[in-house]
Amino acid sequence: MIEIRELSKSYKGVKVLDMPHLDIPKGQAFGLVGNNGAGKTTLFSCLLDLIQPTRGFIKNKDLKVHESEDWKNHTASFVDESFLIGYLTPEEYFYFIGDLRGQNKADVDALLSGFEDFFNDEIIGKRKYLRDLSKGNQKKVGIVATLIGNPEVIILDEPFANLDPTTQIRLKGIIKKLALDKDVTVLVSSHDLQHVTEVCERIMVLEKGEQVKDIITSPATLKELEVYFSGGQGLNSQEEE
Amino acid sequence: MIFGALMMIAYLAGAGVSVYFILEELKLEPFSTVNKFMIYYVVGDLIIRYIGQKMPVVNIKPLLLLPFTKTKIVKFALGKTVMSFWNWMHAFFFIPFSIVLIAHDFNPIGVIVWHIGMAALIYANNFINVFLNDKLWLVLSVAGVFAAFGFAQYYGYFDVTSFTRPFFQGMYEHLWTVLFPIVLLGIVATIAFKYFLARLYLDAGLAKKISQAKGGDLGWLDRFGKQSTFLKNDIRLILRNKRSKTTVFMSVLFLFYGLLFFTGMVEIYDGPFWRVFAAVFVSGGFLFSFGQFVPSWDSSYYPLMMTQNIEYKEYLKSKWLLVVIATAFSTLLCIPYIFFGWEVMAAILVGSIFNMGVNAHLVLLGGAYIKTPIDLQSGKKAFGDKSSFNLKTLLVSLPKMLGPIVLYGIGYLIVGPWLGFALIALAGLIGFAFRDKVFDVIIKIYKKEKYKTLEAYKQK
Repeated sequence: MIEIRELSKSYKGVKVLDMPHLDIPKGQAFGLVGNNGAGKTTLFSCLLDLIQPTRGFIKNKDLKVHESEDWKNHTASFVDESFLIGYLTPEEYFYFIGDLRGQNKADVDALLSGFEDFFNDEIIGKRKYLRDLSKGNQKKVGIVATLIGNPEVIILDEPFANLDPTTQIRLKGIIKKLALDKDVTVLVSSHDLQHVTEVCERIMVLEKGEQVKDIITSPATLKELEVYFSGGQGLNSQEEE
Repeated sequence: MIFGALMMIAYLAGAGVSVYFILEELKLEPFSTVNKFMIYYVVGDLIIRYIGQKMPVVNIKPLLLLPFTKTKIVKFALGKTVMSFWNWMHAFFFIPFSIVLIAHDFNPIGVIVWHIGMAALIYANNFINVFLNDKLWLVLSVAGVFAAFGFAQYYGYFDVTSFTRPFFQGMYEHLWTVLFPIVLLGIVATIAFKYFLARLYLDAGLAKKISQAKGGDLGWLDRFGKQSTFLKNDIRLILRNKRSKTTVFMSVLFLFYGLLFFTGMVEIYDGPFWRVFAAVFVSGGFLFSFGQFVPSWDSSYYPLMMTQNIEYKEYLKSKWLLVVIATAFSTLLCIPYIFFGWEVMAAILVGSIFNMGVNAHLVLLGGAYIKTPIDLQSGKKAFGDKSSFNLKTLLVSLPKMLGPIVLYGIGYLIVGPWLGFALIALAGLIGFAFRDKVFDVIIKIYKKEKYKTLEAYKQK
């Protein structure tokens, strides 16, 4: 579904992303982990054609993202609050996205009704502007909006950050369900190793813009990641906790 | 903003130096006349401050956690407002004016005391503005009352200045009355201090204001078909954000701009060419002030727009439609100008056709080159942003103003004013045909500049 070839991005001669070859097959739930500055958001921004790679290209469903615009029809994303329109209420925002994705009000309402739990009665019908919602609630709106119109590719940057524990667990449920759907390719980045290993079939570790691990998730994966991120020796202290 | 500030300084200094001589020329007693109108100056200052002066509240949050006493924080914040440009810019008027007075054998001590009194009043305004910040209704009613006073005075029904003049004049003649403004300053400063102190909690004065969403679902816009998606958003954008509301307010002011030209109030503006110039402006206020910032209005969520399958054409058409409807509506509001004769009205009508047919898409073209992010939530900066002027926008702007004047000139010289008007109208009608061509150019610019624009909008 996603093909990355010889992709690199440099700022003033400093490479922040270097990815010679990556294929993400259709239907895979793909997790991206790495410390701050590892290049996760840069990669996602390249994927969404928001920044121009220095070299190489990305294909989304056989469409080069920087040449065609048609990939936008089947791709949905939520990276940060610049994907929200502050002066709209959540409902207005959902209907707006629905309009853009060819979904009428009834379609959107039907989709939203499935997320009553997730919204925890803090989103719908409150007549509040998005800019006045808490960070966590803004995130909920942004994430649910990506599901409108049955996209084939969903890109979520740090979806778990800023969410309360209950919502994190519910979000895991949502992403797991998407992962089971063989038509939907999900790309998630996170700092939370446990969450990623729970929801993703495949995990890639980025460090300084380069892929250092590419793992098909197994019960041993979480340990492996913890060892890696603690510099190879933090395993014991983790167990003591 | 710097540009605006320099303009203010130039105006005030110019007035300060010359007002004495102008009034003398008009056979008026200069000092007394200035005192007569001083009440409007002071109230006007208050209203302009409300619109323009930034409140110090913004950067207090980080200070709360540091080891300062709260009174210190408040003093610091209020002290900052004292240094504000909005206060010392008045010095550019009062100092030269006072010097001129003394040079004309006014009692120096009296002038200095008067000067101190005026400074106290200006500073009182500064503190009043602190607790006036979110009371729009009060400001509007004060503005309304004084507008009414102005009218009443102009038509000779009632003269408020006959009550206020003695007060201002009094500070010169009876020196002790300067105590009134000084005591007033003390009182409002104390109130501002207490007001501030009481609100120094995250859940009180520093809390983000949460407003109820207004407006229905705007379903009636669905008749516009595909554009309705964007049109709904654009209308909400305008109604729900401070910056855009300021823009609408300014475009209402444009409606009155014609008074300067058509009444013969300003002599140098008297002339057929200036009239055409003004005619383009009166109906085009919204067009110019809103249109030149497309797509910057959408800057805060530009990444969203760039990752959704948005058809640029529909997006542009929506903005275009908005601008055209606003121009048509402004033209209706201009009908009272018929009072100044058919020629003025004809100029406004053809100006409006030109605006809709040519300027509506030219202004969008100019906007495509502007990469200044807009902070929708702050009303400041709406008066001019130096970074929003560049050579390309200037080049695109020229035909917007000069076009109609040149066309009119050609017609005027060949046959007479009527041909001039006809040419402008014709150009407007022809312009409609080129709309889609211009849109194509704009879309190309949007696409070509996409990454740069995204990058620029990130900087706040």
